[in-house]
Amino acid sequence: MSVLEVAGLRTHFFTRAGVVKAVDGVDFTLQRGEVMGLVGESGSGKTVTGFSILGLVDPPGRIVGGSIRYRGEELVGAPDERLRELRGNRIAMIFQDPMMTLNPVLRIDTQMVEAIQAHERVPKKAAWERARDGLGQVGIPSPEERLRAYPHQLSGGMRQRVTIAIAFLNAPELIIADEPTTALDVTIQAQIIYQAQKVCRERGAAMIWITHDLAVVAGLADRICVMYAGRIVEAGPTDDVIDRPLHPYTVGLLGSVPSANKRGQRLNQIPGMTPNMLALPKGCAFRERCARAGDACLAEPGITEPAAGRALRCFHPHGIEVPA
Amino acid sequence: MTVFIIRRLLQAALVVLLMSLIVFFGVNVIGDPIDMLINPEADQAEIERAIKALGLDRPIGEQYLFFLKGVATGDFGRSFIFGEPALKLILHHMPATVELALTALILAILIGIPLGLFAGLYPDHPVSRAIMAGSILGFSLPTFWVGLMMIILFAVVLGWLPATGRGDTAVFLGIKSSAFTRDGLSHLAMPALNLALLKISLVIRLTRAGAREAMHQDYIKFARAKGLRTRRVIGVHLLKNIMIPVVTVLGLEFGNLLAFSVVTESIFAWPGMGKLLIESLLQLDRPVVVAYLMIIVVVFVIINLAVDILYSILDPRVRLREQGT
Ligand SMILES: Nc1ncnc2c1ncn2[C@@H]1O[C@H](COP(=O)(O)OP(=O)(O)OP(=O)(O)O)[C@@H](O)[C@H]1O
Ligand code: SF4
Ligand SMILES: [Mg+2]
Repeated sequence: MSVLEVAGLRTHFFTRAGVVKAVDGVDFTLQRGEVMGLVGESGSGKTVTGFSILGLVDPPGRIVGGSIRYRGEELVGAPDERLRELRGNRIAMIFQDPMMTLNPVLRIDTQMVEAIQAHERVPKKAAWERARDGLGQVGIPSPEERLRAYPHQLSGGMRQRVTIAIAFLNAPELIIADEPTTALDVTIQAQIIYQAQKVCRERGAAMIWITHDLAVVAGLADRICVMYAGRIVEAGPTDDVIDRPLHPYTVGLLGSVPSANKRGQRLNQIPGMTPNMLALPKGCAFRERCARAGDACLAEPGITEPAAGRALRCFHPHGIEVPA
Repeated sequence: MTVFIIRRLLQAALVVLLMSLIVFFGVNVIGDPIDMLINPEADQAEIERAIKALGLDRPIGEQYLFFLKGVATGDFGRSFIFGEPALKLILHHMPATVELALTALILAILIGIPLGLFAGLYPDHPVSRAIMAGSILGFSLPTFWVGLMMIILFAVVLGWLPATGRGDTAVFLGIKSSAFTRDGLSHLAMPALNLALLKISLVIRLTRAGAREAMHQDYIKFARAKGLRTRRVIGVHLLKNIMIPVVTVLGLEFGNLLAFSVVTESIFAWPGMGKLLIESLLQLDRPVVVAYLMIIVVVFVIINLAVDILYSILDPRVRLREQGT
């Protein structure tokens, strides 16, 4: 049985300015131990997808349609208490910004022990020891000392390791890692990716690695889903997608992957601006930025399966000539 | 921490000294106590004798030095009216005011924090709107008017509570207070609530603003993502962060409650320092006014120090900085 099946997920925000369709038709399936990369530009709906899975979408946002099945159990509309039981226990999330994730007025040990005790009746001492071992596993030196520290006493890299350790504390089956390395410098990025990957492999946990940097997931993920304006526009095995991208947006993303020596410089080879989520163009949302757009693209492209294991939303994919 | 406290105490001493200058000369400008205190029909010799007795015949600079010397030994001079030492007079009235201010503070916390939290967590709930409307009233209605209305309603119309005075007191754990007797409590209820009204409104606003802001912080969402129960997310993660500004402001407000309970004490004839101050001011009882102001300055300085220490205990980020200095 798959760990997670997301089908037709739609999460909208009902703001004063209008409805933001942050997630508007997302489908994917995740097997045990599988690592999936969820890639897209800023604002494409990656984080909202993650929050939807955890049942943590706050007003004015709401899941308006679709289904999220964890081991076959429907989570959309599940009781709050059931979602709470799963959160941090079976499904854990690592947040985007390590500087803001930990509570500034609570010690690290408090924040770790409570994460264990929320799901299990464990004596405080046993929980504390588990927290200490957890810190050790993500490569934190002298964990006992760190446990007694407050978040502001740790560097950004340390803090992110702590949140990763928290995510792994209850040996979850699914981990959603939301760009856990963007705020950190390159060496620490690599270490953290290595550590997360290692713990994942050791425990057989499935992982969704969210990023806007295709290069990061290339060496990490088994499968890639490319997201644009709330939809998955292309999905497939990592090597296939990177070697033979079909969607013009994926091609653009690959073109904008910063090479090692130019890292940090923002390369935007995709023409045009990231879309205004309140006023998406009719038909294919990528149309206004797409060199291959034609009349057909005024309609909404449906999901097709151009090759085994691949999914696509595009009328004129790469590798197939634009009809005159 | 010790270095910090010592430095603060030195600063405090300087502030007190400066204030003594301002207070002493300020009060001397207000009016001439001789006119107020001496029977106009008295003959010249009698007046001279009174002036000498009160020390009013010496140059003002000398009077100040004399006063400072007295202050150092706790002697603020004798009240022109009561003939008692000014300090003793004030200390005698202090417990009643402290009791009133403390009760008001506790009311502000017990009422203000839960209401503010509710309004912050459910901003669109009709109850929240009612709470916020109430807090606006609490801010804008004048204390004396609310006090009079309370007396009319609870004392005159309903007859539930006594209108004026401090009731019976009892001693409990070495503290003498009217909070330990039924009669005392019934006397305390109205003035304390009256005095607390503004602070309740303030605490509601602070708590609500804090809750609204903290609700959207990543650490709250992360706490929820860990699967913590709502009780813990709000009771620990949210509240601990909100308490930092609330405690700071309330601590400073406590000084205000002590110093400016004047209006409430006058309306409810509460025998505290505020009432004593008003009477002394009206009768130009200079030693009492000066002693009162000096004591209030000292109280403010102490409260400020206590708040700083409390703040550093609540906020670990501050704590570290202090250790560094
Ligand atoms: N609370 C909210 N209210 C209104 N709109 C929101 C809210 N949260 C997210 N959105 C909108 O939903 C869209 C998707 O946001 P999301 O955070 O998922 O993007 P993302 O892909 O994670 O981007 P990034 O790479 O910048 O993290 C954005 O257009 C954002 O403006
Ligand atoms: S559907 Fe058309 S506009 Fe959209 S990506 Fe494909 S070619 Fe471009
Ligand atoms: Mg995001």
